[in-house]
Amino acid sequence: MTAHHATSVAGSITAGNRGGTRRFRFQPAWLFIAPSLTIILIFIVFPIFQSFWYSLFNWRIGADVQEWLGLGNYQRLLGDELFWNALRVTLIFSIVSVAAQMVLGYLTAAALLRDTLFNKVVRSIYFFPTIVALATIGLVWRFLLDPSIGLVGGIFAAFGAEPIGWLQDPALALPTVIFVSVWKNLGFTMVILLAGLTGVPTHLYEAAKIDGANSRQLTWYVTIPSIRPTLLFTTMILTINSLQVFDLVYVMTDGGPLFATDTLVTKMFREGFTNFDIGYASAIAWVLFALIMILSALQLRLFRYRDVD
Amino acid sequence: MLISLRAAVKWALLGIGVIVILIPFIWMITGSFRSEADLFAAPQSLWPTTWTLHGYQSIWEELPFLRLLFNTFIFAGVTTALLLLFDSMCAYALARINFRGSTVLFWLVIATLMIPFQVTLIPVFIELFHFGWLNTYQGLIVPRATSAFGIFMLRQFFLSIPRELDEAARIDGAGHFRIYWRIILPLSKPALATLAVLHFMNLWNDLLWPLIVTSSTDMRTLPAGLTLFGGQHVTDHAVLLAGATISLLPLALAFFLAQRFFVAGVATTGLK
Repeated sequence: MTAHHATSVAGSITAGNRGGTRRFRFQPAWLFIAPSLTIILIFIVFPIFQSFWYSLFNWRIGADVQEWLGLGNYQRLLGDELFWNALRVTLIFSIVSVAAQMVLGYLTAAALLRDTLFNKVVRSIYFFPTIVALATIGLVWRFLLDPSIGLVGGIFAAFGAEPIGWLQDPALALPTVIFVSVWKNLGFTMVILLAGLTGVPTHLYEAAKIDGANSRQLTWYVTIPSIRPTLLFTTMILTINSLQVFDLVYVMTDGGPLFATDTLVTKMFREGFTNFDIGYASAIAWVLFALIMILSALQLRLFRYRDVD
Repeated sequence: MLISLRAAVKWALLGIGVIVILIPFIWMITGSFRSEADLFAAPQSLWPTTWTLHGYQSIWEELPFLRLLFNTFIFAGVTTALLLLFDSMCAYALARINFRGSTVLFWLVIATLMIPFQVTLIPVFIELFHFGWLNTYQGLIVPRATSAFGIFMLRQFFLSIPRELDEAARIDGAGHFRIYWRIILPLSKPALATLAVLHFMNLWNDLLWPLIVTSSTDMRTLPAGLTLFGGQHVTDHAVLLAGATISLLPLALAFFLAQRFFVAGVATTGLK
């Protein structure tokens, strides 16, 4: 790259030119970047700082003077039983649904590994829920599990059992939402793990077989170690996504019954957009942000974006 | 013997999985043709005793359903088009132009990749309030019209295109804009298609964003409209099931026609 001082008038547009520090020189790159950069600055970068700023106030939309609270909102969080509840529900939801998705996703991927026509059809079926709206299919599941009109309750009743209020019982609501989440995302996990599994070099298996390994040993000593990066990556992605769970809970239970399914984002949504407690909702957002940043930093450390520049 | 028993168990479990995956969809479709009385009388049945179209008739009256459908197409379609344009432009500059600040910009993109959109939701809502953009199409579309993931992915793709092609074009007198439009974009069709499918799907399905940006029923998208309608006391389930069926149809059709783009799109991303 040349860094010569421009003597010509501005308007000679040459790529790779760098203008002098004082003289304006047109750089075409900025034309290409302008739309994205403007949107990123206005709708992502500025808001992320703004969010923290709000969390230091008792912020009300449109007020002339905002009441400074310092870390007051964060102190309030520590004493808010419903915040701890939401954190606990979010963590249980994430850990259980991610573990279930990883195990079931691995088993389906391994079972459907070979590229036969039959396997491809079965894979498509498992993948299909991934493309539908969580909100829409959550609504369908809510009806399906309804004790009076739902298919599940109907089948229970047909066998003489009392229909169960899956989403009305505080003890069952969270496991039920987790089940539907796994149902929805299993195909996603399967597809990523399939990509990992097809990348395992076959000569590894052949070598192990010559050494007399049985199929369980092949799984534990060849397959799993070979796809360890994929497994870690998938776990991380799924965890980060699960921590942000909103749609499914909002549609199926709206956090209830008795806050049994209230997650960080549903609580943030309620505080921010129902109670208009902007400062407090922002503090919740920052707790979520901190959780996700810790995980992302871990992810970066573990994988390092291999970047060719 | 042991092998075949294992195979039998494996196929039985996979079969159960297939049934569990498909039942909600089948129930949704057949349920949309059932009367409320039929649902109450025979909830154990997957099949209507009598078929009725009243769900598909009432949905247009009980909700401005045509408007919701239109809004969803506009929101998902226009935003996807802008996303592809802006992301590819930005990615072109990052991949092909040496300029002061490109490294900083690249790291800015990587950093924004990690910011969950829920964290910026409240300030963006207040910004839109001050712009007077709440409950408008520009409010729905503009903040979503670029994605760090798209920029990152396209930049990586553009880097894989041989630079000799640009240089040949430059000798022929082509400028950056022509190289971008005539060489890089046409060579990137698979990546652009994958990204388009992914974004369109996510936008079509999005709930939280349209829920907070729009406030009148006329401006809602399908997921938000159906959710709020279903959040009230439901007296006629067939209407909602009909709405759900119709709202799934476009993506389901696209999936049958271009499954590989869906799989590729989902496989390349961790962003939901």
